[in-house]
Amino acid sequence: MKIFKSTFSAFLALAALFFTNLTFAADAAMSAVTPASAVAAAAAPAEVPVNWHAVVMFLIFVAVTLVITYWAATRTKTATDFYAAGRGITGLQNGMAIAGDYMSAASFLGIAALVYMNGFYGLIFSVGWLVGWPIILFLIAERLRNLGKYTYGDVVSFRLSQGPVRTMAAIGSLIVVIWYLIGQAVGAGQLLHTLVPQISYRESIVVVGALIIIYVTFGGMKATTWVQIIKAGLLLGGATLMAIGVMSHEGFSFAKLFNDAVAAHPKHLDIMKSVVPLGAKANPIESISLGLTLMLGTAGLPHILMRFFTVTDSKAARKSVLYGTCFIGFFYVLTFIIGFGAIVLVANNPEYVENVTKSVLALKGGGSMPAVYLSHALGGDLFLGFIAAVAFATILAVVSGLTLAGASALSHDIYARVIMKGNATEKQEVWVSKLSVIGLGILAIILGIAFEKQNVAYIVALTFSIAACTNFPILALSIFWRGLTTRGAVVGGYTGIFGSIGLLIIGPTVWTKVLGMGPAIFPYDFPTFVVLPAVLIVAYIVSKTDSSESGAKERAAYDAQMVRAETGLGAEVGASH
Amino acid sequence: MSALIASKIQSNPKYLQLVRQRDTLAWTLSALVCVMYFGFTLMIAFAPDVLTQPIAADSVIPMGMLMGVGVIFFSCVLTGVYVYKANTVFDPIVNEIVREASK
Repeated sequence: MKIFKSTFSAFLALAALFFTNLTFAADAAMSAVTPASAVAAAAAPAEVPVNWHAVVMFLIFVAVTLVITYWAATRTKTATDFYAAGRGITGLQNGMAIAGDYMSAASFLGIAALVYMNGFYGLIFSVGWLVGWPIILFLIAERLRNLGKYTYGDVVSFRLSQGPVRTMAAIGSLIVVIWYLIGQAVGAGQLLHTLVPQISYRESIVVVGALIIIYVTFGGMKATTWVQIIKAGLLLGGATLMAIGVMSHEGFSFAKLFNDAVAAHPKHLDIMKSVVPLGAKANPIESISLGLTLMLGTAGLPHILMRFFTVTDSKAARKSVLYGTCFIGFFYVLTFIIGFGAIVLVANNPEYVENVTKSVLALKGGGSMPAVYLSHALGGDLFLGFIAAVAFATILAVVSGLTLAGASALSHDIYARVIMKGNATEKQEVWVSKLSVIGLGILAIILGIAFEKQNVAYIVALTFSIAACTNFPILALSIFWRGLTTRGAVVGGYTGIFGSIGLLIIGPTVWTKVLGMGPAIFPYDFPTFVVLPAVLIVAYIVSKTDSSESGAKERAAYDAQMVRAETGLGAEVGASH
Repeated sequence: MSALIASKIQSNPKYLQLVRQRDTLAWTLSALVCVMYFGFTLMIAFAPDVLTQPIAADSVIPMGMLMGVGVIFFSCVLTGVYVYKANTVFDPIVNEIVREASK
């Protein structure tokens, strides 16, 4: 029960930390509701139309995924089943699931929204998010599969001291997972609330949280993976239909699409001329830091890294990256077309836009809605219903994967290895995971409400900063550098965690926009260009000056680790089916 | 995995050659991706005018858009190259090395 107590108090502390924001955001939300519409809604609730197409499709998706969860639950007996789907996932399936984890609502709704607001700039995000994939394949995927069991903490602590290194890796994972959860939950709330106005923003986040807890606690990785695969199929199909719809409206001419968008957007040609968000100033350091963050952040996301343990062997791990990269690349090209399509078809339509005369294209229902409204413009209520249900499914699936990654960091790394020092039974470990899932689900609900008015794509970018500064460099050093010792990994890792969080807090995103403290102390949104080199230098110096006996043993253990990483000899074996 | 098998593998010249070959390919391809992507990023930082220049006099489409889509396309192609090479060339060698060592 000790772990339960400490886990719970950690959640409470985090919840308290964000509670100040919660009340702040709630006030903002209240004032955002115009009195007129509030009165109208109160007086005649029946007048607000319910999109039955969307509701029915959403219910079908939930029903299907619950059946899958039931099926998976009957087949989830061991810890390997729970965390790694029994290692029976094939390369193609895992490629779909990777793409699913990656094509989050934040990237679908967020990138389309970025393109809608800023034009060409949105593509810069897509490109940065994609190029992390080849790097993961060339340098990390197979070695990760060969060295790890359930979490990337397994790999980092392979030859280093379990307790301190796993704690650091788990903290890095949890921070990334929690930030990412915020972005997803906000998207879910905005979406469901806009779709079915009778369900409030808060209620819709509660629905999301409850479904996640059911999927993950009962179905584990198997249910999570299959929900992810179905959703990836629906999302790719839906986005393809939308892009085809846009192109057919534009006579299948890219020239006409972009010309029409330039004509329709209040900033006109600027949407093709700006490599920074419209209204922002160009800054070389900012763009380099953004590029570094997006690319390396991909290689440090715990819920993605966890996917490599679900496949049978390193060959399947490799194939899954190829499939995943192709799906994601195709998808990003589609979101780009969708974003421009929204400029043409949504931007000047009073049905969707809050106030047509304003130069900023504020949409009803928040900044993440262009893709959803575009589907309505193209195919009416039925298509809007389909896309909204798919987007909602997307959020459910991604949040499930995130929650499982966070729970495995708590149970497998912290509980089983640090607190119980490897003496926990599988049953106990899975039990702690399930408790962690419930805790994370509740946390997602609280944070989703607290961060209602933030741009979701932005929050994801913040997550990437921490993943790129902490998880990726320590993972890479442990795989490639013989000289890394426990001290170096731990001191370097915490430098990354505290460095990125500290600079994010005193940077423009939190200091100015969230806390409202005026001009930021640290002027850049992405601290990666400062923190990443600092982590590498600190890890290097501390490892080099570590003359302890254990340090020498850890360096000597590198050869055996390398043989396993390169050949897969002794790696966890996959299911025979 | 016993220490004996590990040391057997380590002293196998085939293993050393495999590691060298595979590393060369992996790092070369990684370098290509990085050059491509950071080339793009550095242009955003230092030569945005090149990226925003239209591809033709009568077009609004900027050069950067083609480059961006190009980076996405080549990322997929390079990934395919590595998977093909690893599946057809490196995997059989790995299997052979492991078989020899566990004899």
